[in-house]
Amino acid sequence: MSFIIDRRLNGKNKSAVNRQRFLHRYRGHIKKAVTDAVNRRSITDLEHGEKINIPAKDINEPIFQQGKGGRREIVNPGNKEFQQGDRIRRPQGGGGGGSGDGQASNSGEGDDEFSFSITKDEFLEFMFDGLELPNLERKMFKDMESAKLVRAGIIKDGTPAKINIVRSMKNAHGRRRAMTGKSRRRLRELEALLLEEQTKDELLRNPLRIQELELEIAQLKQKIDRVPFLDTYDLRYNHFRLEPQPSNQAVMFCLMDVSGSMTQAHKDMAKRFFILLYLFLERNYQRIEVVFIRHHTSAKEVDEEEFFYSRETGGTIVSSALKLTQEVISKRFPLNEWNIYVAQASDGDNWDDDSTNCSKLLMNELIPMVQYFAYVEITPHAHQALWEEYVGVRQRYPDRFAMEQIVSEADIYPVFRELFKRKES
Amino acid sequence: MNDITSNVIAHQASESANTDTEKRTPISTSSEWTFELLEDYDREIGRIARSFGLDTYPNQIEVITTEQMMDAYSSVGMPLGYHHWSFGKQFLSVEQGYKRGQMGLAYELVINSDPCIAYLMEENTMTMQALVIAHACYGHNSFFKGNYLFKTWTDAAAIVDYLLFAKKYIAQCEERHGIEEVESLLDACHALQNYGVDRYKRPAPISAEEEQKRQQEREEYLQQQVNQLWSTIPLKRTDDEVAGKRFRYPSEPQENILYFIEKNAPLLEPWQREIVRIVRKIAQYFYPQRQTQVMNEGWATFWHYTIMNQLYDEGLVTEGFILEFLQSHTSVVYQPSYDSPYYNGINPYALGFAIYTDIKRICEEPTEEDRQWFPDIAGTDWLKTLHFAMHNFKDESFILQFLSPKVMRDLKLFSIVDDDKESELEIAAIHDDSGYKLIRQQLAAQYNLGNREPNIQVVEADVRGDRSLTLNHYAHNRRPLDAGTPSVLRYIYQLWGFPVRLKTIMEDGTKQCYAWPPETEAAKA
Repeated sequence: MSFIIDRRLNGKNKSAVNRQRFLHRYRGHIKKAVTDAVNRRSITDLEHGEKINIPAKDINEPIFQQGKGGRREIVNPGNKEFQQGDRIRRPQGGGGGGSGDGQASNSGEGDDEFSFSITKDEFLEFMFDGLELPNLERKMFKDMESAKLVRAGIIKDGTPAKINIVRSMKNAHGRRRAMTGKSRRRLRELEALLLEEQTKDELLRNPLRIQELELEIAQLKQKIDRVPFLDTYDLRYNHFRLEPQPSNQAVMFCLMDVSGSMTQAHKDMAKRFFILLYLFLERNYQRIEVVFIRHHTSAKEVDEEEFFYSRETGGTIVSSALKLTQEVISKRFPLNEWNIYVAQASDGDNWDDDSTNCSKLLMNELIPMVQYFAYVEITPHAHQALWEEYVGVRQRYPDRFAMEQIVSEADIYPVFRELFKRKES
Repeated sequence: MNDITSNVIAHQASESANTDTEKRTPISTSSEWTFELLEDYDREIGRIARSFGLDTYPNQIEVITTEQMMDAYSSVGMPLGYHHWSFGKQFLSVEQGYKRGQMGLAYELVINSDPCIAYLMEENTMTMQALVIAHACYGHNSFFKGNYLFKTWTDAAAIVDYLLFAKKYIAQCEERHGIEEVESLLDACHALQNYGVDRYKRPAPISAEEEQKRQQEREEYLQQQVNQLWSTIPLKRTDDEVAGKRFRYPSEPQENILYFIEKNAPLLEPWQREIVRIVRKIAQYFYPQRQTQVMNEGWATFWHYTIMNQLYDEGLVTEGFILEFLQSHTSVVYQPSYDSPYYNGINPYALGFAIYTDIKRICEEPTEEDRQWFPDIAGTDWLKTLHFAMHNFKDESFILQFLSPKVMRDLKLFSIVDDDKESELEIAAIHDDSGYKLIRQQLAAQYNLGNREPNIQVVEADVRGDRSLTLNHYAHNRRPLDAGTPSVLRYIYQLWGFPVRLKTIMEDGTKQCYAWPPETEAAKA
């Protein structure tokens, strides 16, 4: 006897828990692989899953087993040339033949490494593990509000577009039953009487009585038919209500120095940093806008292509970019709707007396407006006036302003982690 | 072989089916399957299987998707398993292999339970579904029900309930004691899984209900017993000990290490003992499967082959169907030779199929050689003999009994001696008159779990002294333990709670010691 059962609709992720347990157990290995991958990958291709290799010895589940050595007799199939008593050289790489029990190594490939893939989401999860967006909470409670339509039950009035058909028809049906109940009962009685009358013996039958009954039946049927199939007070409408929602949008300003001293290598590093920030924000917000502002002696809002690849020459006035940022914010991004993040990359060069302007502008205008301002200085050299000024800003706004130095590509990810490290509160 | 008390076999039925010349119309002509067709095929396959005397549990055939197959695969054949990272590891490697196309998913997975659960993948063609039904639902199923090892050691009706109980219990423990704690305990138990089986004593059948009911009592009782054993304050030496007879606990060596730990480990909490027990019970359930790979796969393969051909002979399937089947069957029983890049040991499907097929040949058309080698079965009723073989053997004894010279010639088996004292390998025997016996012996020995797994036993728990545990490893053919041994000892130490020593004793009496925590040279001396 057999039963055939269709199980295809059952959940397919029975192993999800076990998989998570595995990832959790080896998170150290995976994190390291992710860090390597972030540094190795090209700029545009951070958003993929990753193949992770873990040395087999770390993942091994030891059991009592026989090791190499001793004497063993192995039966193999497919003899071609051997005769009894032949002596052959021991093949390189040990043992000679499998143990013959037909069990392959179940890791499926080379014995030295266990490899598997993690998804894009898991990759990013590990990449941004332990990081947080600074100052997000405070904003959420105060003024990050917008509204969203949510379902709020069923009501009697509304627009035709929102009719709830099932509920309306149910009401109509109930009303019809109620309104015709008496008539239908009477109808059944009359029909029974009529039948009784009609089946009587021809002599006893009363034609008048039959006529009477038939007339009343016809009238009742009409009456029942007159009850409307659907009436206005049957109608029900879905109700939606506006509910205030914490704002889910952020704007990210990328500020970069494009003066002659910034080489393409500098810009690549800056771009990597910006991309990390973008991916990170993307995980925290539904909607993200990016504003690119580049500057030499004057600042300009540009598109992405121009931002990263066009080259300018000449001197540097950093405050021009900060001013423009402030203007853009006040023009386009009302503070009660947007979370604002600013990332600035530069090689530290600035027109001598401009640096004090910068710090003033930051402290008095810009920092109070934004969630977080991160400054990275891409230079192997000693710091200049701008850095010194910014140190002052950091002292005054330690939780809103952060700065780090990047010397080589390998620093980008660690610096990023440093800037967004989860802070103990 | 006169004393065969074989089952009643409706042999005549198959004869009459064979002579039935009237060809019927095929059940289906397309390669698409439907649920109605599955039922039709199952009915016909079931009819043919019964006509060959295959006695089975009822079948529960479940149609699943590829992803579900990967899930089923990585829980090592348990229809519901407790959670553990090692199953996640298994899943990841299955998934990786499948994604890269290195590995097709095995198209069959069958669980030794009553009713017998078998999985069909939705991607398969009608032919493959029919093949799996014949292979798993009638081949493996009848093996589970008939083979003596399964009859003695497993309880098909109770396993699913027991697994459910185990899963719930372990989940509860995770809630109460933390995932990490439970996980590390399971790690330790898994390392000793192969040493958690009773090899000679039939275990009490498992029943989930009873387990649950008794579990509370057992927890209390067990702890009491353990306390008794360990409560002895070290006494002065008794007279016996003075006379040279040491007090020994256990009085005899114990091969079931997990059982010994469950009952005697001084520091385990009751819930930890229960988990040790669960791992042990599940290991016991899988023990027969590890001992009957060749027989079981060979049996299922032999029957899918026979049943499919019968379907074709009766005109129930088309030429296309049987060709697709044959192609698949051929790759299942393909045995690459030892020097092929695809060689991965002896294919149990190929070996088992070859032996069963040859038993049938020996019964039906014995040669002079067969009469010499198999006087008991040559010329007898093949179906009876085949059933006898399936019922009463395990891989080792099955090969020893039934591997015929013809199969050895066909597979071109040869035996190599690899001795680390010699600089070269020696060909001990090949498939010729002087070699058959040796090859047969050695191949059988290869399937003896006792040779494959190191023989390790608990010899002493020092209940009156430092509470250390001593294990002996009796080496076979001078084979030492591998490099993972100290890690396993660490796990035993974790369970036992006091120092653990392991002595490897070679055949010539030399010894090698392992210990955890590692002992200093001074302490050893």
